[in-house]
Amino acid sequence: MNFDFSDEQNLLREQAQAFLQEHCRPAAVRAVLDGDAAYDAALWEKMAELGWMATVIPEQHGGIGLAHLELCVLAEELGRVVAPVPFSSSAYLATEALLLAGSAAQRERWLPKLATGAAIGTFALAERAGQTRPERLTTTAVDGKLRGVKLPVADGDIADFAVVVAKAEHGDGASLHLAELADANRQRVATLDPTRSHARIAFEDHPAEPLGAAGEGWALAQTLLDRAAVLFAWEQVGGAAAALEMAKEYALGRYAFGRPIASYQAIKHKLAQAYVKNTLARSNCYYGAWALSTNAAELPLAAATARVSACQAYYYASKENIQTHGGMGFTWEFDCQFHYRRAKLLSVNIGSEATWQDRLIRAVEAQAAA
Amino acid sequence: MDFNDTPEESAFRAEARAWLEANVPSRAELEGLDEIQAAKLWQKRKYDAGWACIRWPQEYGGRGASAIEQVIWNQEEGKFATPGSVFAIGQGMAAPTMMAWASEEHKRRHLPPLASGEHIWCQLFSEPAGGSDLAALRTRAEKDGDEWVLNGQKIWTSGAHYSDYGIVVVRTDPAVPKHKGLSYFFLDMKSPGIETRPIKQISGGANFNEVYFTDVRVPDDQRLGAVGQGWQVALTTLMNERMAIGGGGGGVGFRQVFDLARRVELDGAPAIEDKQVRAKLATWYAQESGLKYTGYRSLTALSRGQTPGPENSIGKLVAASKTQDMASFAMDLLELSGTIADPAHAESRAIFPSAFLAAPGGRIAGGSDEIMLNILAERVLGLPQDVRVDKGIPFNKVPTGRTG
Repeated sequence: MNFDFSDEQNLLREQAQAFLQEHCRPAAVRAVLDGDAAYDAALWEKMAELGWMATVIPEQHGGIGLAHLELCVLAEELGRVVAPVPFSSSAYLATEALLLAGSAAQRERWLPKLATGAAIGTFALAERAGQTRPERLTTTAVDGKLRGVKLPVADGDIADFAVVVAKAEHGDGASLHLAELADANRQRVATLDPTRSHARIAFEDHPAEPLGAAGEGWALAQTLLDRAAVLFAWEQVGGAAAALEMAKEYALGRYAFGRPIASYQAIKHKLAQAYVKNTLARSNCYYGAWALSTNAAELPLAAATARVSACQAYYYASKENIQTHGGMGFTWEFDCQFHYRRAKLLSVNIGSEATWQDRLIRAVEAQAAA
Repeated sequence: MDFNDTPEESAFRAEARAWLEANVPSRAELEGLDEIQAAKLWQKRKYDAGWACIRWPQEYGGRGASAIEQVIWNQEEGKFATPGSVFAIGQGMAAPTMMAWASEEHKRRHLPPLASGEHIWCQLFSEPAGGSDLAALRTRAEKDGDEWVLNGQKIWTSGAHYSDYGIVVVRTDPAVPKHKGLSYFFLDMKSPGIETRPIKQISGGANFNEVYFTDVRVPDDQRLGAVGQGWQVALTTLMNERMAIGGGGGGVGFRQVFDLARRVELDGAPAIEDKQVRAKLATWYAQESGLKYTGYRSLTALSRGQTPGPENSIGKLVAASKTQDMASFAMDLLELSGTIADPAHAESRAIFPSAFLAAPGGRIAGGSDEIMLNILAERVLGLPQDVRVDKGIPFNKVPTGRTG
């Protein structure tokens, strides 16, 4: 039994923690929250210098060619500090989409730029309120021209290209298309979490090339989401751990009725429950990391399991962190809001908890039928 | 990251499995034996072949195996239908305490019969006035020559009625603060003055007892630790307790409720098609999976010869409530018929009402939910203890209320 990260991976974690402690302090998150910048470009450049965006990109395309366990380590640490960068869009979604379905030319063109952080990619799925399904898609691609509105698209205002899910009249009802965004009609859209930029993109006969086979886009998107779900779950677990730590530190230092509020069972039990949820989620994320890095057949089940418990853990830790802080936790001045916002964003960004609960049971049903 | 054994672990697993395949008693062999006879037969067979209490040193009846070998053995034995163990408390809780605190002579005399299944031990800790606040116990012991005379009452003693020996914490000095006035003994359960009365539980079973002591004499030689040091000795036992007590699942887990949801109908379709049913099942699956992989993380530490982190202490807390909620939900799916307890008419041999009635016990035994949360908060998160109004006060001056 070796169900743990290796010494090298743990070393990477320590380096990442030290780096982020210096370059992604709460003040840096707050600068994006309060300011006009879409993301922390200085942090992004330094991450690029460390080669983080190159982690799983093959060496032939300018990457480092590591397995996904290293990416899980980075995801956790970026989640812990609520990093205001487009890492997830670019590294979990756009890079993975190219690795999964990109043509040789597409990989050759984009992966080296993604690896150095010179290009930012994203994934455009949602169009309007409610669950996205192939039959509800309105974006079309005819003769290499995209038509339709994607809203909201994470990092859509800053990305160089997007992998767009468009309606297909045959096959599984969808096709993936790669569209450069430089000339796209796009505008930033305010969301719950201003530390992560989102946009509305209106494609008006916008040139795009197919990514993967036509009519297989929905299946590709689901595989992509399974893979990304593991990485997002690690971000969520990192955030949940940080929120619990923040609540703990505050409760130890805050006195009421002559003693630390951390000595009251109402607070102790709340934080212990957060620890329980975080531990369950973390262990499921180990399972997800294993399935992702080994391309295991169980990936859909492992990803959904990690995702469901990570959504639950981060939501609980982030809201009870505010509760533990009392009124001050509700102020703009305190950092509790970082986690509360990010937790909710991450719990719906690639399908809601309910969607992933359904995927989990579908995966169990598929196993039972096999 | 992988789930594989090391070559040494793999060889050990193969050896254990081969022995089990050749030696697990057949149904015919156990025909006509009661639970205790069957358990003793299996335990003795393991002992004779060197497969009993394998983690213990050889001189005390064990095999000197490593922690990971113990886990591998448990996994392999768990694959067979073997007689249930009535030795869990003796081997899992009394024995580690004896190993830490008893004299060499007592260890050599009492541990091998514990390993062989010849002797069954019970644990006499809880009292009507001392459950979660165990150190508030009142059974007293007074010195009389080389002996102590015990008077009082214990409760929730599993297996007291068939046990040969017991471990007991008693108050030897009521005039000092509560933790300082306790002493710890082991005693012969056939001693004169011990009376055992079964307690019928809401589940209908009677696994527990009340045990009354009336002038029970125990040699001073059977004291573990110094007079007044009983609390520290008891902590050795309690640390081992949570490893010995399971979640009390009663056979209800994700798989049972998932299967049920595929069989029963809701709104004219299999219940499993209902989104709310799926959502609940998914959450339970994620909890079960989280516990499983938390266990794997601990195993990894053991496999490397390290001490596992505190992660595993969430197990009982999560499993007990999950079982209760799942049993309740399964009966909701079955509607009124879910309540049928008569196996001849019941769904799934009535495991759901049975687990439902057993579940409250799981949330209380071996540290209630509330105590487990305190432990996690204090020992894992490092939060301060609650204010204790009895702190530093002589035990006989501490306010008391209801004792039931």
